[in-house]
Amino acid sequence: MDFISILSIFVLACFVGYYVVWSVTPALHTPLMAVTNAISSVIIVGALIAAAAAEVPGAKWLGLAGVVLASVNIFGGFAVTERMLAMYKKKERN
Amino acid sequence: MTLPPDAVSDLSIAADAAHAVNPWVALAYLASGVLFILALRGLSSPSTSRRGNRFGMAGMLIAVVTTLVTHEIAGLVEIVAAIAIGGAIGFVIARRIAMTAMPQLVAAFHSLVGLAAVLVAAAAFLNPGSFDILGLDGSILAVSRVEMALGAAIGAITFSGSVIAFAKLNGNMSGAPILLPARHVINLGTLVAILGMTAAYALAPNAGPGEGWLFWAIVAAAFVIGFLLIIPIGGADMPVVVSMLNSYSGWAAAAMGFTLHNTAMIVTGALVGSSGAILSYIMCRAMNRSFISVIAGGFGADATAASGEPKEQRPYKQGSAADAAFMLEQAEKVIIIPGYGMAVAQAQHALREMADMLKEKGVEVKYAIHPVAGRMPGHMNVLLAEANVPYDEVFELEDINSEFATADVAFVIGANDVVNPAAKTDKSSPIYGMPVFDVDKAKQVFFIKRSMGGVGYAGVDNDVFYMDQTMMLLSDAKKMVEEIVKALD
Repeated sequence: MDFISILSIFVLACFVGYYVVWSVTPALHTPLMAVTNAISSVIIVGALIAAAAAEVPGAKWLGLAGVVLASVNIFGGFAVTERMLAMYKKKERN
Repeated sequence: MTLPPDAVSDLSIAADAAHAVNPWVALAYLASGVLFILALRGLSSPSTSRRGNRFGMAGMLIAVVTTLVTHEIAGLVEIVAAIAIGGAIGFVIARRIAMTAMPQLVAAFHSLVGLAAVLVAAAAFLNPGSFDILGLDGSILAVSRVEMALGAAIGAITFSGSVIAFAKLNGNMSGAPILLPARHVINLGTLVAILGMTAAYALAPNAGPGEGWLFWAIVAAAFVIGFLLIIPIGGADMPVVVSMLNSYSGWAAAAMGFTLHNTAMIVTGALVGSSGAILSYIMCRAMNRSFISVIAGGFGADATAASGEPKEQRPYKQGSAADAAFMLEQAEKVIIIPGYGMAVAQAQHALREMADMLKEKGVEVKYAIHPVAGRMPGHMNVLLAEANVPYDEVFELEDINSEFATADVAFVIGANDVVNPAAKTDKSSPIYGMPVFDVDKAKQVFFIKRSMGGVGYAGVDNDVFYMDQTMMLLSDAKKMVEEIVKALD
């Protein structure tokens, strides 16, 4: 992909983000932060690529360290979001 | 190096071929990006939110599996072990963390995203071949250098900034702003230096691991600036800081997505970046502060000085739990305004018990939440949800503010500045212009507060304390609510 195509995706995604986030109910802003935390750990893709390549040992170890950090975030972020969301109950169920 | 025109076109075809990706792989990353959008979309209502979270997990799974199956992997065992170690740590933390500590946890998680971005950028710098970012002359492409340097810099700022935010929120460090002399000059100078070094690095003739000291200098300067940017910001502004760091972690992921030409990372980065930016904006608006003034820091530094001055004593009415219980029983409509003080006292469960008893007696009970209640956006809603308060009894400021005129009792527990009428009337007040609850319109106001001495975060006195219809309930919030519950029995 050339730079302009990538930039186009990025700019359009910013607009999608703008509208999607404004539609999030304020009551769920904390879960929103927790889940955005989890998904921003998609940076694990970069860490995996670095960890998979063996030619430069330094880069491989940095990659593996990145995989550990991103995994803490992915599992922790999704699990804590799930835990919070499970607490939100409607009146009828009480 | 000058090349004849036909050689140049050959080279550009070769460069395109190097970047050509299997369309199925590109589609898989696109799918995971779309699933992330759906994850956020689900949060528009609590009823769809859990399905949204599952979409997010599916998106992450697709991204990870796609990466693993499309790359030659030297040591799968090591990678799986790394995921297992990180995953286990994350999972245990997520299970054990107290809901009151959520702001610290989020700050800590932000720091990990930031550090991971730095590590990925550093790995790309050391082994550019594995990331497909080498030009035909064997050095890293100029555009990739800019993306890498920016990704590493934003990641480093996110990391050190989040570490400070964590220390302040967790109480390892005082919440008071730390003001260095000439801090604005130092900060701006460092930022300009980072941008200048990024430009110099991009234009350097052959920036490989040997000659790339500029890359490491950028990372080091960014670690320092992240630290310097957050230390002058006071505890009261931490909700804005946490939201802002949320935004930065997104931009860092997006910058690395540009380096890797990865749709999932770019879409996610843009989503998270806008999410954090919007939350910062909402928080600033709720405090009537400009984003610039929050970033410049120092808020709360003069307020602590002002609170030391002797204040004139004004008469106020003090009541007991029995008085409060008696009047709550007589009321038709009660609006509860919880603040962070309620969470500190762990009074939310007792409070819900009190509300349940009142509802049984036919009293209408509603909760009113200010956008800056708690230590991060939406924090109070989570704390009430944890105490089994149904979410359809909890209302936002603009939805409930007109109802105080028809309420018999406004029950303020652990909040202060968000009910201060000075925000509406006193132009000299530090909180002037901040949207507040019109509790003065309710027939009666019950104000639970530990003592008359303490003031809110903004350090200003509150006229509500001294109104005729106000009854001060001076005690620990949990103890007081428990006593009211006993008296209601």
